[in-house]
Amino acid sequence: MTLADQLLQYLITGFSVGIVYGLVGLGITIVFNATGIINFAQGEFVMLGGMAAAALAANGAPLWLAVILAVAATTLVALAMERLTIYQLRGASVITLIIATIGASLVLQGGAKLLWGPDAVTFPPFSGDTPIRIGGGGIAPQRLWVMGLATLSVVAVQLFFRFTLTGKAIRACAINRRAARLSGISADRMVRLSFAVSAALAALGGTVLTPVTLMQYAQGTHYTLTGFLASVLGGLGNGLGAVLGGVTIGMIESFSSGFISSGYSKAIALVVALIVLWWRPQGLLGRRQLQ
Amino acid sequence: MTLSLLARAIRAAGLAIFFAFVAIPLLLHSAYLATVGIFIGIHAIVAVGLGLLMGYAGQVSLGHAAFYGLGAYSSAILTTRLGLSPLPAMVAGTAITAIIALILGTPTLRLHGHYLAMFTLAFGIIIQTIFNQAERLTRGTSGIVGIPPFSIGPLRFDTVPKAYLLVLAVLALSIFAVRNLVNSRPGRALRALHESEVAASVCGVDVPRAKLEVFVLSAILASVAGSLYAHFVNYVSPVPFGFGFSVQLLVMVVVGGAGSVWGPLAGAALFTVLSQFLQKTGERIAFVGTTDTILFGMVLVAVVIFLQKGLVSLPSRLRGEATPAEDSGI
Repeated sequence: MTLADQLLQYLITGFSVGIVYGLVGLGITIVFNATGIINFAQGEFVMLGGMAAAALAANGAPLWLAVILAVAATTLVALAMERLTIYQLRGASVITLIIATIGASLVLQGGAKLLWGPDAVTFPPFSGDTPIRIGGGGIAPQRLWVMGLATLSVVAVQLFFRFTLTGKAIRACAINRRAARLSGISADRMVRLSFAVSAALAALGGTVLTPVTLMQYAQGTHYTLTGFLASVLGGLGNGLGAVLGGVTIGMIESFSSGFISSGYSKAIALVVALIVLWWRPQGLLGRRQLQ
Repeated sequence: MTLSLLARAIRAAGLAIFFAFVAIPLLLHSAYLATVGIFIGIHAIVAVGLGLLMGYAGQVSLGHAAFYGLGAYSSAILTTRLGLSPLPAMVAGTAITAIIALILGTPTLRLHGHYLAMFTLAFGIIIQTIFNQAERLTRGTSGIVGIPPFSIGPLRFDTVPKAYLLVLAVLALSIFAVRNLVNSRPGRALRALHESEVAASVCGVDVPRAKLEVFVLSAILASVAGSLYAHFVNYVSPVPFGFGFSVQLLVMVVVGGAGSVWGPLAGAALFTVLSQFLQKTGERIAFVGTTDTILFGMVLVAVVIFLQKGLVSLPSRLRGEATPAEDSGI
């Protein structure tokens, strides 16, 4: 494999993993904008999406149905979580809410382990696993699915927030909750919707990625932490920034895994992210805050 | 019974429980109870420091397990590889951790908002990765074995009761130090800055410096606790020093109440006992064994919802007083 082929491999791997980080980060941003808290159970939605789809596929469901049902089921779980934790803690401090989401993530993790066991699960890739030959190397076709579907979701979400009335209503709540309510927007409903959208995004990312990376009950935490860092790197509150941050972290992980050391790749990506943030605290796409 | 009498009764009960906790393992000659007590003590030392950071300086650290781990690994490496005796090793390890905390804290604490939370989160992951990967130094996932028990000169703490007394002594010292800090002028400066950084700095408090000092102190306490852990368990591996433990510390502080010195101690005790209980019951009742994470998560959410301000403030809340950290410790 020539250097060019290697670079292409790393690029594609990095982008496909990074875009899922970006989806998680986007979900975190949506919830953050609506509620001001960081949902530490976000990565669990990725895990649930993937594992539910695997379980459904193992029970004979056709893949397309398994994916849709898994995303729907995860969204329902997220709504339940919102009702039982966030809604109960209206007006509590940020750290209290964050602890509550951490508690919820433990419940989800434990639930997944109980339902599906401690082992990693997977299901067949959408369009087979013969690598598509490019240059001297091959790409797993599933990675293309990941990149395609994830990018489509990001675009769809951006359009939703920009051009639909509901999307604008959610943005209104984020800008000024009281003013939004005075305009007749139900802030509680918008919060619930934000949770649902962010969970659906995460679950979709989880389902498309599972055939490539497998999914196990404990993997959610990794996605939560990386997604959170992606959203801060991109500029907390900026959805597109979160996606950009996620892709950046994914790329750095992939390239450092290839060229430096696969064990240290995560740490290297984090160090680079921290350096960027130190040099530019508002994040890649954030606006400089007035001191 | 008036509310105030009830509040005083609860406080007295709390103290009684505390002394019972301390004395029972020794009176019963129970190595198991003393071991639980040692872990409560070690966790409490870290929790008290973290509580200071969160309750008084208003900062969140999502990676405190890293400082704990740095203390543990420094003690482990310095005693097993370089043959240092435990006390100088602990001092050296604490110094290293303090310097790292200084380096991490100086740029981040000058920023407003939750940058420390994020940086500590990333820092925790990076440190744990290093523990796992730097095999020549840390033996990676296999860990370091054969760490000697703690000793000061000829005094060796090599039995469980002796280790228990050692941990209690260090815990007492830590609480004493923190209490003094809180009630002193720097301490009042801290409380001022927690309420309002702007107001504090207008009054002449060097806000970034005060925050940095608290951050480094909390790192030092975590490091000391980590060293004690290493010398008690005689083995370290990267596993206990990750985000999971950082979260557990957070839980101890928030549940116990970050705004007091005793709160994190109560939180550490409650948490350690609860997880021990779940573990033991899980061994006997299979259902609990598989659901312990779920149960723990549910208990966590429930506690947070119903006791938003932590346990230790219960007596003062019954009396109708405002708690020192009005919004749940932050």
